[in-house]
Amino acid sequence: MKLMIIGATSAIAHEAARQFAADGAEFFLVGRDPDKLAAVQRDLDVRGAGRVVLHTLDLNDLAQHEALIAAAYGAMGALDAVLIAHGTLPDQARAQADVEATLEAFTTNALTYISLLTLLAGRFEQQRRGCIAVIASVAGDRGRGSNYVYGAAKGAVSVFASGLRARLSKAGVAVVTIKPGFVDTPMTAHLKKNPLYASPATVGRRIYVAMLKGEDVVYAPWFWRYIMWIIRLIPERVFKRLSL
Amino acid sequence: MTANGHRRAYQSWGRYPRVEQQNVRPVYWRNNDLDLARIDGPVLPYGLGRSYGDSCLNGGGTLLDTSPLNRFIAFDEEAELLRCEAGVTLADILKLIVPRGWFLPTTPGTKFVTIGGAIANDVHGKNHHRAGTFGRHVTRFELLRSDGERLVCSPDENADLFRATIGGLGLTGLILWAEIRVQRVAGPFIAKEQIRFGSIDEFFEISAESDERFEHTMAWVDCLATGKHLGRGLFMRGNYTWPKRIPRKAAEPRSLFTMPVQLPAFALNLATVKAFNSLYYRSQLTRRAFQTVPYDPFFYPLDAIQEWHRLYGAPGFLQYQFVVPYAQDRTAIKDILRQISQSGVVSFLAVLKVFGDVPSPGMLSFPRPGVTLALDFPFRGQRTLALLDRLDEIVRAHGGVLYPAKDARMSAENFQAFYPQWREFARHIDPKFSSSFWRRVTQTTHE
Repeated sequence: MKLMIIGATSAIAHEAARQFAADGAEFFLVGRDPDKLAAVQRDLDVRGAGRVVLHTLDLNDLAQHEALIAAAYGAMGALDAVLIAHGTLPDQARAQADVEATLEAFTTNALTYISLLTLLAGRFEQQRRGCIAVIASVAGDRGRGSNYVYGAAKGAVSVFASGLRARLSKAGVAVVTIKPGFVDTPMTAHLKKNPLYASPATVGRRIYVAMLKGEDVVYAPWFWRYIMWIIRLIPERVFKRLSL
Repeated sequence: MTANGHRRAYQSWGRYPRVEQQNVRPVYWRNNDLDLARIDGPVLPYGLGRSYGDSCLNGGGTLLDTSPLNRFIAFDEEAELLRCEAGVTLADILKLIVPRGWFLPTTPGTKFVTIGGAIANDVHGKNHHRAGTFGRHVTRFELLRSDGERLVCSPDENADLFRATIGGLGLTGLILWAEIRVQRVAGPFIAKEQIRFGSIDEFFEISAESDERFEHTMAWVDCLATGKHLGRGLFMRGNYTWPKRIPRKAAEPRSLFTMPVQLPAFALNLATVKAFNSLYYRSQLTRRAFQTVPYDPFFYPLDAIQEWHRLYGAPGFLQYQFVVPYAQDRTAIKDILRQISQSGVVSFLAVLKVFGDVPSPGMLSFPRPGVTLALDFPFRGQRTLALLDRLDEIVRAHGGVLYPAKDARMSAENFQAFYPQWREFARHIDPKFSSSFWRRVTQTTHE
């Protein structure tokens, strides 16, 4: 199994990678910080990974994406699966006061995904097999007053992935949308934890299973499917008054 | 809490004392700039919170949660060395190394502890008479001090700090990663022999005879038996093996059950525990029983019940573990068992083991030649505390010491008598580091 992970230093992506490593997978890991990437590489190596290739890149530099995909195929020869997992949790208050911050958050969490997916889709459509997984979020299921910049970006990823799934299913390629709920990661370190928080390991293992099976839309943990189902049912007239 | 360290509350395992712990700082990367000096108040590393008392708590200060430091760094099978970050658990390590024919050089009674915690408490196991403490098998580690210095410590490099950090209760700095020696074993099963003994004297006979031939030895004692039954129990001994026929139910170890709720405090009372102890003692019909078992139920019987501490209800419980030197051991152990059985205070689990004479590497290490007894007491307020104070006096009179990792209540005076080297140790403490335990046992000094 040859696997490309974009945002490989994310705690969730790393946990998923550990599962693949135990199967002896080979990795092409993309991240911004070379020290963190190296720490992930050594961990996967000990856990049984085959070759692990590292690639340092700031993904907001959209112009580099084509070269990135070419580098991955160059290094690995072929790719069986891709997991796109990078992201930031924008400060909603700051984003509201600053267009630039909003657009940057949208770039990181949505445009980079759309760019990468577009480039990868052609390759996977041609090879007629494999799996592309993206980490969206339950936040993308409905815009909430407290978090709609992040939610809108993740919503864009979900809708884009949904359309891509319809297109690539004809070529036998699986597109997996992962929608994690609250996860205890560096991204949420500053937030107060509640009992709905899951560990990155729980979500990572779920991603591994979903990718092997080629599932469509996966809520992780599972109960978020029902929470979000209820949230989506609330009429907008009522929803707008809730402080969520 | 789950095996991979996700938790909602930062408490100790005994859930006594309760400390209001507001500030927690997770440590995510070993090579990140972590500016400890900028945190307000004292800091203390916190792994999985399996210390029983307050040695893993830092009331009013900040805990450095090391559970995200869960990455392996290198496994050199030729050199038999494994290097990993401080938050990697023994469970993580076993999952990696057991299928490749290796085992931990020694292990405590739970695998849900971090490497950093195992070093900070210089933990011991059923093979102490051969392997010594966990710290004996630590070849080096990296320590981050609050002034930003990163020091690799080993028996040759920063040797004093190495000795202070092993058993150093997390006070000498933040361990970022450690390297340990692993052990090649015959197989991940234990050829176990269980022998019933009717008295403490019988225990010592079996123990002396077993240490030569068995890697692992320990005993369970019925603390409520009195008179001629005083000190009766079950002796367990075993060696690693690869059985010719794999026992059934030997598949992947997994937890059987999570204690879903806290039991009411009265659930464990004298009558229920007495009944349990009697039944357990009699459950073995023959004097000797042989069985080959997977390593998990042998080493970690309680890990099968996640959150087993909820058995003790809201008030929590106290662990009490001491070691007394060989010379006087029988009288001390007998005195203490008599005190307990007369007190009417219930001890559910009592584990007895003879320590070997392999020296412990840490300045404040607990294990030393002698016999050690570990007891669990449900917390029943003043009555429990008064009994333990009486036990302290017996332990001290017999030249014994208590185990800080399990303590929540010993007096400063007793701690300083048990560990007279504490002043020398204190010179190596990082000025930014402290714990509820340390403040408690050093607040008043007795010259």
